[in-house]
Amino acid sequence: MRKVLRSKWIKLPVFALCLIPLGQIAWRALHNDLTANPIEFITHQTGSWTLIFVIATLAVTPARRLLHLPELIRFRRMLGLFAFFYGLLHFSTWLGLDKFFDWEEMLHDVSKRPFITAGFTGFVLMIPLALTSTAGWIRRLGGKRWLVLHRLIYVTAVAGVVHYYWLVKSDVRKPLFYGALVALLLGLRVGFWLVARREKSAGRGLEPKLTTAESA
Amino acid sequence: MNRRKFLTGALGVAAGALAGRSLREIAWPSQSALAGTKLNVAAKSPFSTSEEVTPYNAVTHYNNFYEFGTGKEDPAKNATNFRTSPWSVKVSGLVDKPRTFSLEELQHLAPLEERIYRHRCVEAWSIVVPWVGYSFNALLKEVSPQSKAKFVAFESYYSPGQMPMGNYAGISFPYIEGLRLDEAMHPLALLCFGMYGETLPNQDGAPVRMVLPWKYGFKSIKSLAKIKLVEKKPETTWNLSSSSEYGFYSNVNPHVDHPRWTQAKERRLGEFFRRPTLMFNGYDQVASLYAGMDLKKNY
Repeated sequence: MRKVLRSKWIKLPVFALCLIPLGQIAWRALHNDLTANPIEFITHQTGSWTLIFVIATLAVTPARRLLHLPELIRFRRMLGLFAFFYGLLHFSTWLGLDKFFDWEEMLHDVSKRPFITAGFTGFVLMIPLALTSTAGWIRRLGGKRWLVLHRLIYVTAVAGVVHYYWLVKSDVRKPLFYGALVALLLGLRVGFWLVARREKSAGRGLEPKLTTAESA
Repeated sequence: MNRRKFLTGALGVAAGALAGRSLREIAWPSQSALAGTKLNVAAKSPFSTSEEVTPYNAVTHYNNFYEFGTGKEDPAKNATNFRTSPWSVKVSGLVDKPRTFSLEELQHLAPLEERIYRHRCVEAWSIVVPWVGYSFNALLKEVSPQSKAKFVAFESYYSPGQMPMGNYAGISFPYIEGLRLDEAMHPLALLCFGMYGETLPNQDGAPVRMVLPWKYGFKSIKSLAKIKLVEKKPETTWNLSSSSEYGFYSNVNPHVDHPRWTQAKERRLGEFFRRPTLMFNGYDQVASLYAGMDLKKNY
């Protein structure tokens, strides 16, 4: 398993896998199967996948630790960039297809409709993360500052769930499901932080634990 | 005309021509065969619009009927085995002649007309549907409302066994709706048994429903089972769920936004560009019902 995760070629199939949702929309478009309201369908599909990829990105760190698979870090950037990619498609659908570049109405929506304000915030916060996702930017910012900046993904995840929750009229099952996942993933981080703090105060660092994990 | 205006205009026309056309093809590649029973339509109605009718396939596969699931395509899948026969509608309350009508009796109270109405959903999409039915006031006359009666309360049929998805809808059932008596008496208010010349498909509210074209779609109750004339304003399902979003009147009104989206425009299914929404959905003849009322407060 770990060998596979470390291999040079593994990123290619993962990349292809991440394109399946887009392929599905394209397939349905080719087969005249985008429902009676195609613009709404595309908006909902790209929106859901944005949230799913944000959650997948957030899951990388806890999964590395809990599954003792530090190699998973190799996929975090790709997953994050796919979250941005689907977010961009979602945003563009709204901008280009739904509102047809009616700037005035869009500004009105962003400022007056809480659910759009939340979604827009979540999307905009992903922009600096996508831009600084390269090795060059990590170097330029310095690892610590880069890490702090990229905690913005937490805000994006919460904003995304709120956006979805405020959108639905009464059936809140799906937004609550995504909300529970985000809460779990953020909660795990709090847990890790508490453990690290206790270990630090007990005179033991986090380092040895990671080493054992790696040799396991 | 300056250059920018010209460019945006030209772009818009080109995109509209392209997108409008392909979207229509994407949405309705082929008309599925009509499934209902033919109805005897005695007359066309002067209330009908001459606008292009929305394809049958869209009206039957894009539904809000939460008893059968909250996804737009759920009712078409989940309502196929819904039993609509035998069916009766009970009329009670402040009437001189309370009575339970069989569907058969109800259908023959007045001659059936075809009425092509605009139908505007509170979610800012719209359709044009050739409904079949007669003015609801024909039924009211049959039961003779008493002078104390001020409102009409409607109730949908609900069966958890036949509508298991209802448990997840997030609203309570049976679905209830209401009208002021004078609204219910208005000839536009339609007691509806069919569409496109045939009986109603299950997902569109079979076997009998209300159609109130000047109000948002959720006011037009589906699969109608009970009618009660009452003195006080009845409770309504969506108002109980969120009173700040769904008022008792819920007349189509482009000037009063839903808290979460603008009501100024709507997307007619099959069209690319949103079109402006009209006051009372274009049915100005109901305006006198609301003379002197502040429609921003009475949304």
